[in-house]
Amino acid sequence: MLNSLLYVLVLAPGVFLLGYGLTGILNLVILCQTHCLQDLRQNTALASKVFIQRDYSSGTVCQFQTKFPSELETRIDRQQFEETIRVLNNLYAEAEKVGGQSYVEGCLACLTAYTIFLCMETHYEKVLKKIAKYIQEQNEKMYAPRGLIIVDPIERGLRVIEISIYEDRSFNSAR
Amino acid sequence: MPPPMKQCEYSQITTQSSSPMESPKKKKIPRKKWEVFPGRNKFHCDGRLMMARQTGVFYLTLVLIVVTSGLFFAFDCPFLAVTITPVIPAIAGILFFFVMGTLLRTSFSDPGVLPRATQDEAADLERQIDIANGSGSGGGYRPPPRTKEVIINGQTVKLKYCFTCKIFRPPRASHCSLCDNCVERFDHHCPWVGNCVGKRNYRFFYMFILSLSFLTVFIFAFVITHVILRSQKTGFLNALKDSPASVLEAVVCFFSVWSILGLSGFHTYLISSNQTTNEDIKGSWSNKRSKDNYNPYSYGNIFTNCCAALCGPLPPSLIDRRGVIQSDTPQSVAAPNGITTYGATQSQSNMAAATPLLQSESSPTNEEPHLPGKMTISSPCATLTLGQPTPPPSTSNLATETILTDTMPLKEACEGHHFLTPEEAPSPPGMLTPGTPLNHSHTMHVLNAVTQDSMHEDSVRGLVKLSSV
Repeated sequence: MLNSLLYVLVLAPGVFLLGYGLTGILNLVILCQTHCLQDLRQNTALASKVFIQRDYSSGTVCQFQTKFPSELETRIDRQQFEETIRVLNNLYAEAEKVGGQSYVEGCLACLTAYTIFLCMETHYEKVLKKIAKYIQEQNEKMYAPRGLIIVDPIERGLRVIEISIYEDRSFNSAR
Repeated sequence: MPPPMKQCEYSQITTQSSSPMESPKKKKIPRKKWEVFPGRNKFHCDGRLMMARQTGVFYLTLVLIVVTSGLFFAFDCPFLAVTITPVIPAIAGILFFFVMGTLLRTSFSDPGVLPRATQDEAADLERQIDIANGSGSGGGYRPPPRTKEVIINGQTVKLKYCFTCKIFRPPRASHCSLCDNCVERFDHHCPWVGNCVGKRNYRFFYMFILSLSFLTVFIFAFVITHVILRSQKTGFLNALKDSPASVLEAVVCFFSVWSILGLSGFHTYLISSNQTTNEDIKGSWSNKRSKDNYNPYSYGNIFTNCCAALCGPLPPSLIDRRGVIQSDTPQSVAAPNGITTYGATQSQSNMAAATPLLQSESSPTNEEPHLPGKMTISSPCATLTLGQPTPPPSTSNLATETILTDTMPLKEACEGHHFLTPEEAPSPPGMLTPGTPLNHSHTMHVLNAVTQDSMHEDSVRGLVKLSSV
């Protein structure tokens, strides 16, 4: 019995410390990431912006051109860029899809004199949230490490995808 | 490292010191984006409701509907409920609420306004157009109208460049000269409803005229019934004397029925063929133009067209009306001579690309020169079948745009000052109209291109400290 008590007395704080240490490390990693990102930003300046225009060849649906802009040639892989745009295009197509779900939503809304939208989000808005999350994720994982930031097209009225190119200034500001 | 920081501190001090000088002015600082919206719209309820500028006819519509229905409920319904059935007032009530609901929804919602291009976008587009045109444009004469051709479903569609909004208009979009906005899937500007009818409120508009035609016919029919039933008992003239309101209602309904029913029929045709009023009047997709001219947007069958128009997904508003101004939407390209152009001076977008882009100020609170309503307003919606208030023919569109272009350089010059300020001398920040606290905030919060998360804001702030050279 004494042994078990001893074990508990030794192990418990150990576990506690371990857990604390782990969360500490995790926080440190995240902090480091953001701080590194901030450091990166503080050492960089906005050099230029590239605008990906809309592609109207399939009508008025929201699609963006997949043509790879020349300014990004040195920054990012063509395939990755086209993949990002393709996924975005698919998401927008999903938002504007005229199908069963949108009919149900439309009829229900009409019957309730559109008051249902006071409590419910439209399908389009739900997909827009998905898009925002996707863009943020892409920024963090792929684009920011290369000095690029994608601006969510909804902030530009769905006219363009704005990609800001940051230049590293760390060598210029050598003091 | 030190020089930029010093510079930053210097500008901070100047803004702070100049603020006591500015504060006696006590100008109201716009906080929400609707307050600095560049179009000619009126906003109510803190940006929740959006209407065109001229709303007189809308109030007339409201009065007509409410008064006529009110008289019906007050004078005819008691008799009818007793004599025939109480279902009549019930149905009338439901129709009335539906009409009012859809009317208010049409009038107060955003028709699908396209926000104007930011300065960077406009500069980029200018550059691309100049490359395409070969730098022959500019100079003394007005550059040729810019168009882009797109093939949609096998039909060639021309996309026009909007000089006011500085964008290439998406297909089916049009610039409303009354509201001074580009509207997506622009149908027409309806003065009776006090708003443009576009992509986002077309279904409400259609429901409105449909239900209004039912209501008008309903009221007309039952007013006649009422008078007939009464006159069977007391003679015609006595019947009229007993319920004078019925005469008024009958007259109003009689004159409305023709126009409203006609309009409903016309719009039913438009919906089933997936055209806008604009396109129909211009004859964009009619067979008379050429043998193989067809509507590329139509789904092929009437049912699908109707469903798509009425039950399709409702896109959200692209203009963020109630968003808080983040000391500015990323707009200004701090090009060295600060004038983003079209027309006179050639755009120095190349230099813009090279220099660190700076925000100079909040979204330019331009007082757009009041365009004397050149485009005819008066023809009401009801007679829309033939004549319409908006500029469907492209020539008149260009005319409007010419007017706007001529007044533009003036505005640009004023803005030029704004752009110059932070560049050349941080000292006279008073040039910026919106008020000084914004100056202070802008040196700190500049370049809020992506306001997605606070982390980015912090990093942007850090970025600005360096780039406010």
